[in-house]
Amino acid sequence: MGKTFVEKLMGIKAGKEVCASEIVSIQPDYVLSHDNAAAISNTFKKIGVDKVKFPDRVVIILDHEIPAPKESSATNHKEIRNFVKEQGIKNFYDINNGICHQVLVEQGFAMPGKLIVGSDSHTTTYGALGAMSAGIGRSEVAAIWATGELWFQVPETLKIVINGKMPNYITPKDIVLYVIGQIKADGADYQAVEFTGEAVKAMDIGERMVLTNMAAEMGAKNGYVPPDQVTLDYLEGRAKGEFEALYSDEDAVFSRVLEFDISEIPPSVAKPHTVDNYCGIEEVAGTKIDQALIGTCTNGRLSDLEAAARILKGQKVKARTLVIPASWAVYKEAMKQGYLETFIDAGAMVLNPGCGPCLGAHQGVMAPGEVTFSTANRNFKGRMGCREADIYLGSPLAVAASAITGEITHPGRFL
Amino acid sequence: MIAKFTGKVWKYGDNINTDVIFPGKYTYQKMEPEEMAKHALEDLDPGFTSKVQEGDILVAGKNFGMGSSREQAAVAVKYAGIKVIIAKSFARIYFRNAINAGMPAIKSPEAVEAIENGEEVTIDMAKGEIITANGTFTFPPYPETVMEILDNNGLINFIKSKI
Repeated sequence: MGKTFVEKLMGIKAGKEVCASEIVSIQPDYVLSHDNAAAISNTFKKIGVDKVKFPDRVVIILDHEIPAPKESSATNHKEIRNFVKEQGIKNFYDINNGICHQVLVEQGFAMPGKLIVGSDSHTTTYGALGAMSAGIGRSEVAAIWATGELWFQVPETLKIVINGKMPNYITPKDIVLYVIGQIKADGADYQAVEFTGEAVKAMDIGERMVLTNMAAEMGAKNGYVPPDQVTLDYLEGRAKGEFEALYSDEDAVFSRVLEFDISEIPPSVAKPHTVDNYCGIEEVAGTKIDQALIGTCTNGRLSDLEAAARILKGQKVKARTLVIPASWAVYKEAMKQGYLETFIDAGAMVLNPGCGPCLGAHQGVMAPGEVTFSTANRNFKGRMGCREADIYLGSPLAVAASAITGEITHPGRFL
Repeated sequence: MIAKFTGKVWKYGDNINTDVIFPGKYTYQKMEPEEMAKHALEDLDPGFTSKVQEGDILVAGKNFGMGSSREQAAVAVKYAGIKVIIAKSFARIYFRNAINAGMPAIKSPEAVEAIENGEEVTIDMAKGEIITANGTFTFPPYPETVMEILDNNGLINFIKSKI
């Protein structure tokens, strides 16, 4: 019987044959944390070991509250910098880098066949490069720092095949919101998700990262795109080390195989207050918005900013509009390409790379009764700091178009 | 871990996410578990923390704890007094966080259907039974690793015991 990608990878790590549902103790190649590294370091100290077992496997990237909006966040950052120094952690990226899920990929840690875990639910993102990557809890990160390993259940795999050609008003975000709308927020609970099909093969790495990032919103343990030439080209001169691509066997057993044709889907919107509360954009067209947010670990990459700039060129925004590039590398390239100038001329605010207001900590929190149309991955009640506010989710094209009109608008109008 | 206990039920619906269990605005504030407990279910049931008693039981629908990986969503609930959570299903990181915090998370869709909000329910961890007014329901035993973590009242103590 053939093996799935995750069965192979976890088998190699465990040094034996493994099957779905088995529990194994294995060593991740990299373990990520961000601003929560301060809390994790406190837990780590309680375990009673002095030194991190494999400091070169630890990656810490500050992104959630940067620059520090208040004293407590500043203290948090300070504790992390001290810990990094004391433990000799060389893979530390301070507040001048960007969102962890973007920086980790840009820096070449995400490679095919690697196991990467992190204390952030969107750690699923690195599967776009053929890695297995999964979110874990803070105590679990502390445990890995101390011992180098952690328990995992080998997941079953749900295969999602995406066929068809994207119309010019459709982006990977529309596709993934559509899929989540069909399979719901628990559609992939405890499972690995493998994304394949002609539409996926045609995507660049940044676009594939939208799918694997949003795999978390289906409940998946990890999202995975089989590596190909696009992956290898991206990793050329970037990969941190050697790697071996792993693939599911032809006769691997999947829990389900779902096929979608996206040639004729409308732009997608997730209505408040859950990501699976899907509709085609026409259903909510005309809904007034106070704020538009373009950025986050889902849609803050160059292809997203290019899409938004295409719409906003020569226009003026009615809604207050926040643009947050996912990293300073993205920021710089967007600057070179003239996208940032387009945003500023349109009346948008370009903020420093980071998580921004996505989780309601700073840089654009909402007031009661307000509506934000966002390219982020979550629209839960209270997510952007106010429980009496509404968040709609959509693509960078749709959010940019809606920023201009001040109401939810089909991006086709400006293309 | 106590093998058998009885508690009053607080019952909620499907897809309860970690943002309403423990709002994101608090996640990067340094807090002790007792302080976290004051915000448990803040955006779901604002009166919860003033009503819940030590040893109560939380019952929920499917996909409980979906969303963010924030561990405080499990720790806050535990320190608010909740002894065990029974749900139709759990989001995977929440399930891990609950176990790693030393709080059993039991999947039993049948029991959730049967249990009424406010009733007293008895759970026998050794036998794998949930005893409700509408019948007794069984659940499979945890794998050995998970059992050991619960017996040590959480992952950190478990790791300490191994080192």
